Amino acid sequence: MKRRSFLKAAAASTVLPIRLNGMNLRSLQHSSLLGALGKRSANGKVLVIIQLNGGNDGLNMVIPLDQYQNLTKARSNVVLQESSVLALKNTTKTGLHPKMLGARRIYDNNKMSIVQSVGYPQPDFSHFRSTDIWMSASNSNEVLTNGWIGRYLDKRYPKFPQGYPNASMKDPLALQIGPLVSLAFMGPTANMGMAVTNPSSVYDLLDNAVGEVPATPAGDELAYIRLLSQQTNEYAEVIKNAAAKGTNKSTKYPTGVRGGNLAEQLKIVARLVHGGLQTPVYMVSIGGFDTHSAQVEAGDTKEGSHADLLSQLSIAMEAFQDDLELLGISDRVVSMTFSEFGRRVQSNASTGTDHGAAAPLMVFGDAVQPGIIGNNPSIPSATTVNDNVPMQFDFRQVYGSILQDWFELPPSEVKALLGEDFNTLPIFKNSLSRIDAFADFMTQISIGAVFPNPAKDRALISYRTDGGGTLQLCIYDSLGRLIQTCFNKPHHSGEYEHELDLKGLAPGNYIIQLKSPLKSDTQVLHVM
Amino acid sequence: MNRRQFLRFNTSAAAPPTEGLRVTRRTNTGLEAYTASWTLDDKLHLLRRATFGPSQADLKAFDGLTAEQMVDKLLDTSAIKIDPPINNYGNKIADLDVAYGQTWINAPYNVNLEFARLLSMKGWMWSLAVNQKPTVYEKMLLFWHNHFAVEMDSIPIASAYYNYYKVLMDYGLGNFKTLTHQITVDPAMLFYLNGRLNTKNAPDENYARELQELFTLGKGPESQYTEDDVKAAARVLTGFTINLASSPISSIFQSARHDTTDKTFSAFYGNTIIKGRTGISAGTDELKDLLDMIFKKEEVSKYICRRLYRFFVYYKIDDNAETQVIEPLAKIFRDNNYEIKPVLKALFMSAHFFDTWNRGCVIKDPLTHSVSFVRQYQIDFPKKTDYELLYNAYGFHNGYMLLNQMDLGDPPSVAGWDAWHQLPIYHRAWITSDSLPKRNEFQDYLLWIGHKIGTSYTMKVDVWKITQGFSAPNDADKLINEACHFLLPVNLYKLQIEDLKEILLPGGIPDYNWTDEYNAAVTPSYPNHATARQSVALKLGYLYKRIMNLSEYQLS
Repeated sequence: MKRRSFLKAAAASTVLPIRLNGMNLRSLQHSSLLGALGKRSANGKVLVIIQLNGGNDGLNMVIPLDQYQNLTKARSNVVLQESSVLALKNTTKTGLHPKMLGARRIYDNNKMSIVQSVGYPQPDFSHFRSTDIWMSASNSNEVLTNGWIGRYLDKRYPKFPQGYPNASMKDPLALQIGPLVSLAFMGPTANMGMAVTNPSSVYDLLDNAVGEVPATPAGDELAYIRLLSQQTNEYAEVIKNAAAKGTNKSTKYPTGVRGGNLAEQLKIVARLVHGGLQTPVYMVSIGGFDTHSAQVEAGDTKEGSHADLLSQLSIAMEAFQDDLELLGISDRVVSMTFSEFGRRVQSNASTGTDHGAAAPLMVFGDAVQPGIIGNNPSIPSATTVNDNVPMQFDFRQVYGSILQDWFELPPSEVKALLGEDFNTLPIFKNSLSRIDAFADFMTQISIGAVFPNPAKDRALISYRTDGGGTLQLCIYDSLGRLIQTCFNKPHHSGEYEHELDLKGLAPGNYIIQLKSPLKSDTQVLHVM
Repeated sequence: MNRRQFLRFNTSAAAPPTEGLRVTRRTNTGLEAYTASWTLDDKLHLLRRATFGPSQADLKAFDGLTAEQMVDKLLDTSAIKIDPPINNYGNKIADLDVAYGQTWINAPYNVNLEFARLLSMKGWMWSLAVNQKPTVYEKMLLFWHNHFAVEMDSIPIASAYYNYYKVLMDYGLGNFKTLTHQITVDPAMLFYLNGRLNTKNAPDENYARELQELFTLGKGPESQYTEDDVKAAARVLTGFTINLASSPISSIFQSARHDTTDKTFSAFYGNTIIKGRTGISAGTDELKDLLDMIFKKEEVSKYICRRLYRFFVYYKIDDNAETQVIEPLAKIFRDNNYEIKPVLKALFMSAHFFDTWNRGCVIKDPLTHSVSFVRQYQIDFPKKTDYELLYNAYGFHNGYMLLNQMDLGDPPSVAGWDAWHQLPIYHRAWITSDSLPKRNEFQDYLLWIGHKIGTSYTMKVDVWKITQGFSAPNDADKLINEACHFLLPVNLYKLQIEDLKEILLPGGIPDYNWTDEYNAAVTPSYPNHATARQSVALKLGYLYKRIMNLSEYQLS
């Protein structure tokens, strides 16, 4: 078969069934949009951020079933038995780790959105830098000393902490369930967050502070401690009250050690929200995802340290969602998971995986538009130790969606908080996503061929779109770093060719990614 | 107008102090020697930073010394002799290899005992700080424990952890390059950062990355090593592994696992090629080349000096500090072939270090908070041979530190504790709405209630001990003045001092009332001695409590 005919055949075979479904989708999309426009307000809404510390192996959590042969080749010592992977409703392409039964139930109950391959253009493989990048929502090469939540809260509650608490906001702006406050809560001039381990008992502080401090660094530190001391006292009372008033109803919270600490943290969140605390953002965390070695048990890959962590995560997520529903507050709360990076495609010799790039994340709650956004990552048939999952979505697209569609910020303010205009994603039912999800759903894109391959200096790529729209063509190196954006422009339906300029590229494997707002197709190109 | 008045003047129009996070102004002092007259406050400042807080005994030991003599003494570690950690668990769980009260550091691995030994290790680590002689030795031990962090949690082998700590003890005030070499091949480190799994067929980059990112070069703008440099360094280090069968576990080099090809580095390293070697000394030879190459970069000396600055001076490094302190200090470091003592000596004698500007701006880490508290009040511990009880007393402090996010022996990650690397909060990470109440609770608890262990011992402040160390405790003003200078690193405002005086002399009654009451309390022949002793002790307790409840007490 000739290259072109192959392309046509491939495209035709996938387009038709989607057209048939499309009509339903259009009407659905339309009505939810109208409904959403009726009542838009951030009041009472809560975001819970679940941090997975250490770099979560996304390929072992959200499993690309259509890549199994290559996946098995790339990570034979850690890959799950295909039959053990949990199937998800309405898809045969993607499944979940066998220990994530609770998460699967949330998904199958239409309350979860999985966003594939979330990352940023120039991945940093240091835990510390990458965590800071996620927390601050900075570019990879830029150091920001405040966080995305802190900037948002600064916008929503101007001049904090001066004049707070007050009649319209008597509660803490952000709570970290744990002893340390994350960079995400740092505002432009003040820390917007507060850390609490036990909401029922906060020791009273007695600094009979005078207002004055010396004009020295010691004075700066003193002012900080005093302010914190004063806030702690003021907020300790409202937190204690909320903890006393609130309750938990779910019986799904684990009791043993096995259930872990994350469920306990989320239990506190549910109790405080139910107790009437108006705090809009909570952060909880679970560590141990840095699975360089012994990620799975030798001989039984569905067991091991990563399986334990995913089990704890899944149990905690389900108990929390169940609790919120029983307490009648599930319409007000959404939660998202994230980790500083994913892990390499190829496993290492110590039944583990090393620091990687993009990974999937989960957003769940009543308000979430269920489904999977994006495609499975494509796994090359021959991988090297350096191969990474390239990003499909910038993590700031997820943040932007939350700020715009959950916290109801106008797009111009979202842009100001994130520094650039990131296309939002249809994560929420009321999404005002600037991506027309329907149009994109109708669109099919595919790369036909790259010729020659291997190539030197230049290569010709042919691709096709049915439905048109904005298409982007990018070259990533095998580490997952964005090397070149070849174009980003509107297309009509049809077949196209583009000449890739490969001059100056070091020999090796590259990933050519064709992207519409929600879809992507990739091919591996070898440069000589 | 002198410089400081000028600075004050300049900042008077700045944002009101309640705003919290102001951008600091600056000072112009540098590494030139501090020449002002040598005062008690200067000594206190030096001891606050170079040791775990001044004790009254330390102050006596430095009586009459010049600044240089005092710094030399602080750096003189020749007389230090430290007994290793011991079997404190023998009453509860039998150890057939180690008698109760004897050290377990040479004992064979025993799966049933390692946990008890590691707990003993943690208690012992705390005790080093509290039993310190007035030298910088223990503070530097903390510096290196944070810098070359290894988590006990990941190495469930007590003797290996002890040996790791011993490397920090033996080389911590020696040569930094030697220390880096020793740590690279330390069994606990080879275990912790997977060096043991790093082979020519499956290179593991974990250690090679941290060696550059955290241990030597950092991530500053001048540190431009590449991902490929990480990979090349990993290949240099292939073949080092550990022998788990030896006792204690030891590091070995297996030449069959070593990548014998040449390793080429990026332009940042001048395209250095480290020649691939074969044979049993290949690993050491290539490691030596690797460290030679890395230590040629000036950034290594600057990065370490910045870390020392953040640890000993202040976490903010402005342009002046960079050019007037860090750069000349880094030059001293390089000129002395990475010997540590000359760097510390220059820093501790500098005008910048003693600048009033830099006083009191370090937030106490939990170890410093708990240890300086014990040393300030001279709290008694069980006798040395009461092994179990003694270590239980240490363990109380380990527990307090754990609650305050500083679990000695278990830093949160290979990067150490947030307070010494996390932008922009640094030291402020220690103070949260969770930890600040716990700090106050800890102080109040040991001051008022005391911690009872067993039937015979209570860890509790005796307010008379510290009070009798002051020059004239029967003079209310002098007592308050000396107590505040001793306990707090910054001067209080008049209002705060009046507030303290109100505790001793309520309702503004004349000063002689305190004098009379105090004299009666310390003189048994007075008729009202017994009642005065009670009421004075109570007042002293309130005084110290109030001083420590001030936010100023969290500073050093």
